[in-house]
Amino acid sequence: MTSPEPDALQGVRVRPYMVTGGRTRSAVELPLEAIIRVTPEGQKAVGTLNLEPRQIVDICHQPLSIAEISAHLRLHLQVSKVLVGDLVHAGYLATHTATAESADRPDLQLLERVLDGLQSL
Amino acid sequence: MACNPSEVDDMSANPIPVKIVVAGGFAVGKTTFVTAISDIDPLTTEAAMTKVSEGVDDWGDATGKKSTTVAMDFGRVGLSPELVLYLFGTPGQDRFHFMWDELVRGAIGACVLVDTGRIDQCFPAIDYMENAGVPFIVAINAFDGMLRHHPEDVREALDLPRHIPVVVTDARHRAAVRDTLVALVRHAMTMAQSTG
Repeated sequence: MTSPEPDALQGVRVRPYMVTGGRTRSAVELPLEAIIRVTPEGQKAVGTLNLEPRQIVDICHQPLSIAEISAHLRLHLQVSKVLVGDLVHAGYLATHTATAESADRPDLQLLERVLDGLQSL
Repeated sequence: MACNPSEVDDMSANPIPVKIVVAGGFAVGKTTFVTAISDIDPLTTEAAMTKVSEGVDDWGDATGKKSTTVAMDFGRVGLSPELVLYLFGTPGQDRFHFMWDELVRGAIGACVLVDTGRIDQCFPAIDYMENAGVPFIVAINAFDGMLRHHPEDVREALDLPRHIPVVVTDARHRAAVRDTLVALVRHAMTMAQSTG
C-alpha cells in the first residue's frame, strides 16, 4: 500500500508538467511577453476549470503577460505557456500578440513609439 | 485615446508588448538596472531546462542533477496606455543559453552590461548577440561612480565593430537607465533602416 507518487500526494513538490498532463507544448504557442486578457466566455466558464487554469483566468481580468502570470502564480514559465495556450485555444483568454513563430523584430513605426515613450519618462 | 472603463472587455484595450533583453556577466548589475526603471518590483519567473544539452551548453559545473531550473528577473515599464516595455535579465551561465533564444525572439534588442573590472565576463553575451543577429549596445556600468576605462578602450578590448554603440551608464539611476534604453532603441532603428 505504499504510494508510488509521494511527490504528488504530499503536495509539497509537484512536478512542473503534472498540471499540463505532461505536455510541453500547446496548440497555441505564444511568446513569454504576450499580453493576455480574459474573454466573456472565460468569465462564464471559470467555475468549471481546474485549479491552475482557473487561477490564470482569475488574474487575467487585467491585461498581463505570460511572464507575469508565471511569476504571480509561481508556475514554471513553460507550464504557464501551455496552460495559457490551451485557454486561448478554448476562447477563454485572448491576446493580440502574434504567435511565437511569427515574432519578427518590431518595425520602425513601433520603435518610434517606444522611443517617444522612453523619452517622456 | 483614453481607456474607457465600459470597454474593458474590448480586446483592443490590450497594450502591445515590446521587450528588451538585459545581458552581461554574473553580478554586473542586471537586476539593479531593471529595478531602476521598472514600474513594479521586478518579478521572478522560473523555467525548467527541458532540452537535452546538445554540445552547446556547458555542463562542466552541473552537479549531476537531471533537471535544472533557471530563475529570470524581469520588470515592466508602461510607455503609454497602448504600449508596455518588458525588460528581461538573462540568466548568467552559459548553460542557460537555451533560455536566451526565447528571450531575444522578437526583442527590440539587448543591452550588454559590462563591468570594466571583469570585462571578460560579457564575452559570451556579446558572442551570442552577434551570432544571433540581435541589435545590441554595450553599456559600461560605472556603478561606483568611477569609470576605470574609457569607452573606446572597452570597444578595443571587446573588438567591437564601429557601428555598435558603447555607452556609460549607472544601473542604480533611472535617468541613466532610460538614456541607455534610448541609445539601444535608436541603434535598433538604424539597424532596421539599413536592412530595409
